[in-house]
Amino acid sequence: MKREVSTDDSTLIPRRDERDIFSAWKISFFGAIGLIIFLVIYKPNPYARILLFLPDGVLRTFQVTVFAILLALVIGLIAGLGRISKIKIINKIATIYVEVVRGIPLLVQIFYIYYALGRIVRIPDIASAIIAMSVCYGAYLAEIIRAGIQSIPLGQMEAALALGLSRRQAMRHIILPQTIKVILPPLGNEFIALLKDSSLVSILAVSDLLRRGREFAAHTFEYFETLTIVALVYLILTLFFSWLVGLMEARLNRNVR
Amino acid sequence: MSDNVKIRIEKATKVFNVYERKRTEPEEISVPRGHAAVPGRRTVASGVQAAVSGLQERRDRKKIRRSKLYALKNVSMNVNRGEVVLVIGPSGSGKSTLLRCINHLEELTDGSIWIDDICVTDPDTDIRKVREEAGMVFQSFNLFPHLDALSNIALAPIVVKGMPRPEANKRARMLLKRVGLEDKEHSYPGQLSGGQQQRVAIARALAMEPHVMLFDEPTSALDPEMIKEVLDVMLALTEEEGMTMVVVSHEMGFAKAAASRVVFMDEGEIVEVGSPDKLFNNPDEERTKRFLEHIL
Repeated sequence: MKREVSTDDSTLIPRRDERDIFSAWKISFFGAIGLIIFLVIYKPNPYARILLFLPDGVLRTFQVTVFAILLALVIGLIAGLGRISKIKIINKIATIYVEVVRGIPLLVQIFYIYYALGRIVRIPDIASAIIAMSVCYGAYLAEIIRAGIQSIPLGQMEAALALGLSRRQAMRHIILPQTIKVILPPLGNEFIALLKDSSLVSILAVSDLLRRGREFAAHTFEYFETLTIVALVYLILTLFFSWLVGLMEARLNRNVR
Repeated sequence: MSDNVKIRIEKATKVFNVYERKRTEPEEISVPRGHAAVPGRRTVASGVQAAVSGLQERRDRKKIRRSKLYALKNVSMNVNRGEVVLVIGPSGSGKSTLLRCINHLEELTDGSIWIDDICVTDPDTDIRKVREEAGMVFQSFNLFPHLDALSNIALAPIVVKGMPRPEANKRARMLLKRVGLEDKEHSYPGQLSGGQQQRVAIARALAMEPHVMLFDEPTSALDPEMIKEVLDVMLALTEEEGMTMVVVSHEMGFAKAAASRVVFMDEGEIVEVGSPDKLFNNPDEERTKRFLEHIL
């Protein structure tokens, strides 16, 4: 393998080597795909049937995840800005939200929104799944966003104010664009965790990937085969997400050293 | 106010509250009657003593003393139009604080500061007007790392003044040319040397067309060979435009070349004001002499 000497940061802190054909990501991703293909060809009887049964579930899982991410981002941004607000009451509300939601298991929250609140307002199962997930992950994202904003050196805000920008303009043009770069990796982690946690919504009769798998196995009792495929599909989905996050990271890093 | 005065500082005072835990001497502690205190001893043998020392710790925690630290103490001075005032002084003498108070990055506790007829310290004043009037350059440059040199300069006119982007870019290019960096418009701050970054920072401040420039130790973070390029830009600013400047710096060369007055500050007070020649070579005050001995 050809090695080059470079004097940029990567010699001090190794960065992911994109040119490596056998990167860890590629091994896992193509390994998982290869394993599924192999199983389907080798033993089409249960595996091909399982694979044909699952696409609806994949779609549902994807749908729940994407909507929950978008909603959680909005909630997280509002709560994260609230956490650094100078207005005491807003700050308190945001902090209480984060502390309370962070302290209750997601599964309990899902049950709570669907069954407990279901006695007051009837929320459709998919909607309550998405609401529960985004409320919960909004709290996690709020903390990440707050930490990201606070990691930007004070001098940036000072320089912006000294140029005549208002606090809001400085936030919008100077602080937040820099924050995005800092928080992208932890944000990506949360997205992947959210995707995995979306399997919890299968208890609400939302036929996501896991529930479709269990439905299939309930008829055929082929639990081993079904769950193997379900696990592999989850793996492929999460790896796809981490690839997406890596792509965004690379795009943001392109400009600055 | 005379027409000639650009910045007027009147009895500027800034106080920081310093909270520190007061050390309580063991003797001072009142111990419940019947128990003997063991002065200065924390090794606890019996339960009674444990209770006593616990008590003492609680007292310690409560005795937080608030003391006042004067960053600025009754500072009064005027800066005339077109004048270059150099502020020198040991670290912690309040020179940066004074500068930051002029464009209201920090608030005065007492006193007032005027730029022309705008009162900086009046809470009703639109601070943004003040900041358009006074540009500031920082010790650590504080360029925006996510924007290239051109956008760093063009951002404020676009956002604050609502200038159309092509016009702002055109003016930013002119400013870059003025600081000698016309070939660096697409470089990001991380790709520029310290001296180049500081020149972009000066151009960025100039983009808002200020009439006063405040320099907070503009060359302290630079390698020696880059100091000159920054000072040259500052020098050109005074010579070509007659810009009013307040500079916190210990650059003797710049002082002799450009400064009309040098102000020596110590412990939040102005100790001595004089021409660079007088103050550096033949200071009146003892404190000034002692300080100059250290830096020369």
